[in-house]
Amino acid sequence: MAVNSLYKKSIVSAKDLSLEEWRLIVSTAQRFKAGKPTLSLKDKVIAHCFFESSTRTRLSFEAATLRLGGKVIGFTNSDDLSTQKGETLYDTMRVIAGYSDLIVIRHPLEGAAALSKEAASCPVINAGDGANQHPTQALLDLFAIQECQKDINGLSIALVGDLKYGRTIHSFTELCSLFDVRLYLVSPETLALPESVCDIMKKRGIRFSFHQSLEDVIPKVDVLYMTRIQQERFSRSEYQLVRDQFILTPGVLLKAKPHLKILHPLPRVNEISKEVDETPYAYYFEQAANAVPVRQALLSLILNENLGI
Amino acid sequence: MSETLPVSAIKNGTVIDHIAPGQALRIIHLLGLQNSTNKVTIGLHLPSKSMGSKDLIKIESRILSDAEANEIVVFSPAATINVIRDFEVQEKVRTRLPSSMKRVFLCPNSACITHSESVASYFYIAEDRKQIKLTCHYCEKSFDRDQVRVSI
Ligand SMILES: [Zn+2]
Repeated sequence: MAVNSLYKKSIVSAKDLSLEEWRLIVSTAQRFKAGKPTLSLKDKVIAHCFFESSTRTRLSFEAATLRLGGKVIGFTNSDDLSTQKGETLYDTMRVIAGYSDLIVIRHPLEGAAALSKEAASCPVINAGDGANQHPTQALLDLFAIQECQKDINGLSIALVGDLKYGRTIHSFTELCSLFDVRLYLVSPETLALPESVCDIMKKRGIRFSFHQSLEDVIPKVDVLYMTRIQQERFSRSEYQLVRDQFILTPGVLLKAKPHLKILHPLPRVNEISKEVDETPYAYYFEQAANAVPVRQALLSLILNENLGI
Repeated sequence: MSETLPVSAIKNGTVIDHIAPGQALRIIHLLGLQNSTNKVTIGLHLPSKSMGSKDLIKIESRILSDAEANEIVVFSPAATINVIRDFEVQEKVRTRLPSSMKRVFLCPNSACITHSESVASYFYIAEDRKQIKLTCHYCEKSFDRDQVRVSI
């Protein structure tokens, strides 16, 4: 029987995951998608601690827990929490770990999940810590790529938009180091991927290059990963300029490879025009639908030692 | 020989020499010498044949632990640490870059959880193209050594 190294493991950062674990998550998520009988969370209590709101992430974790027969406790913002009365995150997490089998945490500060892992006696899943990491989103993004392109190795992937503050992008690039991929980093100069993330990619042998225009890279790539550019990071006139350069319309896609697929973590604002939805390239809604099976796979693998399949 | 040195010799203790200029005060804080009762002589921007300019620290009646000596390397990879007994160099301390350091540094990232919790900072240390890089265990951000302040 295969060894489940994810059992009782915390997922704080994308770098916590090995290739074997990735494969295990993929095969388990595929079983969930196909409706095959698989692992359950019967009699398990999952604490969902959302110190800042994130409707999609929270609902998909809740749906994943409930579909597996588990129970959910938790809160959706920290307004009425004892941390407001001065309790530390460390103490809060230590106490909640006593009530639950696993903690899912979303927090505005970077490193909150790493600290929670130290405090909690149960496994912790990072559902986003400030601008740092969002490993489960990166997992479902790569799972979507696996599903639409069948093999991640050998692909050229463009990451487009806010690469500086996008935590999903940071987790995504780290997960990419498990594969042989070529990255095209497309962003306004002020929102380029941080040097420290580039350094990590260099060390792990990921090939990448910087670009400031979408049109240059479209003919070269198999996957276009779009992210939102937040208006508040720019002055009004700058934003106009940037917006026009990084908006995806069917016209921009004229030179695309036939099998190109477009991903977006959603919600989108205006970076992908509605008409693109009707093209064969659009894959973001399929990608979003993977959120539940991938999270089901992760939760059930962490809480079931015996794979039983 | 001691007369030719710009600072006085010590009888027993430790001499940290060939410190990269500008790093002596950080090493003082690292070792907590500002709060100790040991006699300390500090030389800043002294002429040096090999380095052009260097800092130097002499500490009376204190021998550094291996861990303390290794931590000095983080601030100044070329520093030499000598144990002095009766005005003579008794031992040259062998050092190596530590792989991590707890408590010593403050994370420069203002959004890092270590600023709002009473948790000891924890940095991974690596040398990259002759530069010492520190990576925060919590927020995972990397910094050049000189960007990171020493907690006092
Ligand atoms: Zn930090």
